[in-house]
Amino acid sequence: MSAFFLKRTLQAIIAVMGVITLIFFLQRLSGDPTLLLVPQNATQADIDALRHSLGFDRPLVVQYLDFMRNLLSFDLGRSFVQNVDVTTLIWSRLPYTLMLAGGALVVAFGIGIPLGVLMAVRRDKPEVRPMMALVLACQSMPTFWSAILMILVFAVWLGWLPPSGAREPASLIMPSIALGMLSMATFARVSRTAVLDELEKDYVRTGHAKGLPMRRIVMRHLLRNASIPVVSVGALEIANLLAGAVITETVFAWPGLGQLTVQAINARDFLVVQGVVLLGSVTAIVLNLIADLLYSLIDPRIRVGGDTA
Amino acid sequence: MTEIAAPRRASIAPRRIPWPIVPFAIMLAVLVAMTVFAPYVAPLDPNQQNLLARLKPPGHVARGVTYLLGSDELGRDVLSRVIYGARVSLSVAFASVVLSGIFGSLLGMVAAFYRGWIEIIIMRIVDIVLSIPAILLAIITVAVVGPSLYTVVIVLAFTRWPRYARVAYGQTLSVANMPYVRLSRFMGAGWPRLLGRHILPNIAGPLIVVATLEFGLMVLFEAGLSFLGLGVQPPTSSWGAMLSVGRNYVATAWWIATFPGLALFLLVLSINLIGDYTRDRLDPRSR
Repeated sequence: MSAFFLKRTLQAIIAVMGVITLIFFLQRLSGDPTLLLVPQNATQADIDALRHSLGFDRPLVVQYLDFMRNLLSFDLGRSFVQNVDVTTLIWSRLPYTLMLAGGALVVAFGIGIPLGVLMAVRRDKPEVRPMMALVLACQSMPTFWSAILMILVFAVWLGWLPPSGAREPASLIMPSIALGMLSMATFARVSRTAVLDELEKDYVRTGHAKGLPMRRIVMRHLLRNASIPVVSVGALEIANLLAGAVITETVFAWPGLGQLTVQAINARDFLVVQGVVLLGSVTAIVLNLIADLLYSLIDPRIRVGGDTA
Repeated sequence: MTEIAAPRRASIAPRRIPWPIVPFAIMLAVLVAMTVFAPYVAPLDPNQQNLLARLKPPGHVARGVTYLLGSDELGRDVLSRVIYGARVSLSVAFASVVLSGIFGSLLGMVAAFYRGWIEIIIMRIVDIVLSIPAILLAIITVAVVGPSLYTVVIVLAFTRWPRYARVAYGQTLSVANMPYVRLSRFMGAGWPRLLGRHILPNIAGPLIVVATLEFGLMVLFEAGLSFLGLGVQPPTSSWGAMLSVGRNYVATAWWIATFPGLALFLLVLSINLIGDYTRDRLDPRSR
């Protein structure tokens, strides 16, 4: 058991190192990394001075080790455009993105799972068809389009909700729905498949034979067994939500990490982009790891099987 | 995924194509045709500006020209731009799917075929690239290389090849030890023949399923990158970029964002439906 934990954790650490290495080399791919960091109006002398002060004229190996060491001490560098530490910038925006992701998760879990269970339990009933259509539509709906439509209907035409910003609690409603929709569809599909699989098991038949009502079979027995794939997908979906926030935040002018990233790209503030991407990737890897470990805690057979890749 | 999975009895007779697929397949065909014949279908030049007819609603007629879906902030015809936008969307998605498909499948096959350290290196890289959220990887790559049509294709291919590699790897592992493959190897077949002639045809099904499902995702990614200003650059019309402009005019000119978004939604919906259907047909185990 602990061997599995250890192996999986080691894999995650290797993945984190790999991401860092990838980003380091991506930066060098552009030719001169200094050019990514300077403001557009910098003179050649500025560029040369910066290159030297940042150590970009040293051997690649030294730079690489330096890059690693800085990251280990949570030093993501300093934004030359805004003249603030990247860590400070990220820290100031992080709560907003977490709030948005939380809201989206409530939408995704709260609607997706009951919908999926319902679609599975009543699989042959006619009312399932519109639900399937809804799930399929949500899955194909580009976030930025559904977001704009919502702004059009609920903010412009009806005037119920604020169109953008984060000044009042009601501002959170539309971004959460827009961001949560795709995950909602995923949760619905996964929980539907999981419940369908469980419905064929013997214990369900036993329950029926005992005369248990369907509701009780599902609530007491089936959901616990069906929850395994949902948990694992859940962790991955949180990572997807954090990444998807980039677009949602742009549409709604929500002051989170996504908006910070887009502003940083437009201002050629590379270190900020790099910081957010690193944070997002490491979060994704950690969530992945948690999902795998949780999975093996719930279902011991997985540890025996071993291979999770 | 839809209602095809339920009964098992019809497994011998060829199953009829379920009715919801048909209209979407037709729609997809129409979109593809529109892409190919864009210059003949589009009523106007997508980049032709008419500053006197800015932000006009659908159906507006100005100087003998009808703007069926309205005009945008520079007086360009929204319908023509949507049609030309389909060109960008579909060709970027197609190119990146082909590129990542070939690259990923080849690497996956090689990893499973040679095993040993080649396998370890390739599959570790697959794990790493897959663990970075694709949109973030795309963002940082475009930030480094600079946005253009070709960058988008390369970036999408670069972020998505591990999907194919993983499937090709798993499938090849199960095929590579089949007696006929071993026999062929024993008779002196080289690796290009073994991989191309004997293994690829047997693992193509699942790879095609991945490619179909990825295609819809690539369309969304391209639109997303263009929406953020990291994709196709203006004045080339792209649905994502149109949506981004339309967002600013949502209160005064709803049609600028609504129609490209609708086109995008319908395209992705039909691809997803057809992808689900092919998966059910080619890979009965998945539901």
